[in-house]
Amino acid sequence: MSNQTKRIPTHHIIGFVLSILLTILAAWTTIGSDLSTNWIITIIMLLAVIQAGIQLIMFMHIVEPESKNGHVPWNMMFHGFVTASIVVAGSIFVMVYAF
Amino acid sequence: MNLDEFFVTGEPLIYAGMVSIVLVTSAMIFLLTYFKKWGWLWREWLTTVDHKKIGVMYILSALAMLFRGGVDALMMRVQLAFPDLNFLNAQHYNEIFTTHGTIMIIFMAMPFLIGLMNIIVPLQIGARDFAFPFVNALSFWSFFFGALLFNISFVIGGSPDAGWTSYTPLAGAAMNPGPGQNFYLLGLQLSGIGTLATGINLMVTILKMRAPGMKLFKMPIFSWSTLVTSFIIIFAFPILTVALALMTIDRIFGSQFFTLTGEGLPMMWANLFWMWGHPEVYIVILPAFGIFSEVIATFAKKRIFGYHAMVWSMILIAGLSFLVWVHHFFTMGAGAFVNSVFSVSTMLIAVPTGVKIFNWLGTLYKSKIQFTTPMMWALAFIPSFVIGGVTGVMLGMAAADYQFHNSYFLIAHFHYVLIAGTVFACFAGLEYWYPKMFGHKLNEKLGKLSFWLFVIGFHVTFLPQYFLGLDGMPRRLFDTAPEWFTLNFISTVGAFGMGAGFALFVFNIYYSYRTSQRETTGDSWDGRTLEWATPTPIPHYNFATLPTIRDIDAFVEMKKRNETTYDESKLKPIHMPNNSGQPFIMMALLFMASFALVFEWITLSVIFLVGVLIMMVIRSFDEDDGHHVEVEEIKETERSLRGL
Repeated sequence: MSNQTKRIPTHHIIGFVLSILLTILAAWTTIGSDLSTNWIITIIMLLAVIQAGIQLIMFMHIVEPESKNGHVPWNMMFHGFVTASIVVAGSIFVMVYAF
Repeated sequence: MNLDEFFVTGEPLIYAGMVSIVLVTSAMIFLLTYFKKWGWLWREWLTTVDHKKIGVMYILSALAMLFRGGVDALMMRVQLAFPDLNFLNAQHYNEIFTTHGTIMIIFMAMPFLIGLMNIIVPLQIGARDFAFPFVNALSFWSFFFGALLFNISFVIGGSPDAGWTSYTPLAGAAMNPGPGQNFYLLGLQLSGIGTLATGINLMVTILKMRAPGMKLFKMPIFSWSTLVTSFIIIFAFPILTVALALMTIDRIFGSQFFTLTGEGLPMMWANLFWMWGHPEVYIVILPAFGIFSEVIATFAKKRIFGYHAMVWSMILIAGLSFLVWVHHFFTMGAGAFVNSVFSVSTMLIAVPTGVKIFNWLGTLYKSKIQFTTPMMWALAFIPSFVIGGVTGVMLGMAAADYQFHNSYFLIAHFHYVLIAGTVFACFAGLEYWYPKMFGHKLNEKLGKLSFWLFVIGFHVTFLPQYFLGLDGMPRRLFDTAPEWFTLNFISTVGAFGMGAGFALFVFNIYYSYRTSQRETTGDSWDGRTLEWATPTPIPHYNFATLPTIRDIDAFVEMKKRNETTYDESKLKPIHMPNNSGQPFIMMALLFMASFALVFEWITLSVIFLVGVLIMMVIRSFDEDDGHHVEVEEIKETERSLRGL
């Protein structure tokens, strides 16, 4: 648009690089490191939370002072969380054959 | 690698396929060169970001895929018509039922509906294009190249042969070496990018770009069904993306997610697949419901009965669609409690679906029905779909499912819902909106003939299959036994009836192009919603001006008030996007990267992926702001179109 002042999408580039770095770090933790299984799971869970935060801040407008946070996608975040819960809890429910 | 490992050899049918591919391709190249149409093809179609043209390309590709999937189906029916007929061998039969299923769902049903949404939804809500026109073009080319990748598998490398569900461990590297399964994984992955992007695009378009006054609960039902469908797409497709990626890593890089060895969980694939797969069947049926609602309201000449109940039942169906996936594998052995939970949730879906059926009947009740071809499809849909739905509830009972599971009863059930639902809707929608897209109606006589051929053929094909299932004939069987001969033979006869119906439908497109009367008003069927307010052919900016929407049937209200979409006093320059070749190039590169990955040529694949990355960088710094259509140009266009 003509009234856009920022020509280089800084946010997006930083977000893109960070998310790739975090992915590489997660892959290295599982493949390259000598940590115990519990530690690996803890670390990749932590990395996943950071990754989700980066997506929300850098791409998904969760912090947007210009519009007084008017565009925060609460609705989609809620539904995303519900779907993720169904996938995880549902898989465990179905795949554990004790029921 | 030798050439005979690259190309599929030894099958006369496949040699015939190769010859016809070469012939058709050279004929197309010859015609384009002879009529000097290459520039036209590039400027008007390959680089377009216009939602109407992209929609037309979607529908054309979907019709081609319907032909391909239909030929697969006919070959299967020929093989099954007589016991011990050696028309197809076991391996070839496996490949054909796999490609038939995958193509019909992923490359026929979804693109056909997305094509109709592309053209109609912006017109129905009063938008000038999608929210992200560039992304829309990107989505189309991603689907197109995904379909291309999947389809070339039968001449290059060999088709996948583990069923459209591609269950592990059968589909894993240990039991299924070679490129076949990789074609499935990467073809679906490539086209999945496009589907997900379209879901986001449509949702933003509907939420942000409606005409003034059009609240969500004043939207036409087809647009509502599109909104609900895009919700399902956005939440279901990532599951497929992850599942496909995991299996790709399994097969190409030797990980052990779904393998029998190394603590892999083969059934986890079925679990993840159906977590996407069940919402997927609602992705292809909800837009069909939307189309039928529009068609029925128009030709019953009434407002749709129970508008709010229609919308809420769709939302309810969408929510429930994420809670029933286990009914696709009751016999996996998850135990009685798990099966009971999903059995109950499955039967719950029949409630909102029943609400919709009664609302359609309520719309038809005491109305003066106009029997046009689209309406015939809609009327045939209701009873046929009910048969499919009721047998679905039978399959949903976990205990009974142990009997029906994997038999032709199941085959008959899902063809009854998918053909009577989705395919009838595709035909109805195309015939209904055809005058809006191409400026003339399809011939009614030929249309009705093709309708009767197809519908009678459909029932003759699939009704016997219920009884074959009850007689114990399992699905995916390449050779039948003599005791099933009669019903199988009847079924095959019906399949050729459907084939003839489809051929006549396609011929009708050519025949009507030559003979049909051209539309002059833009309101071909005395329509009720905003898309009929535009002139035909639709100007590329869709609406010169937008009236304030006051009613669900916006155009009915406009006709009463004598309003149009052209108010000279309110004209302003219109901002439109520029065409771009980037989507085509980016997706062509991604296609080549995927093709290299299918054959596990990692270096080559990485080279092409770098190309894709470069295209993304180019796009990121692209400062193309589009162009403005000036007031004078709008005046000129609208005056000539409206004969003012």
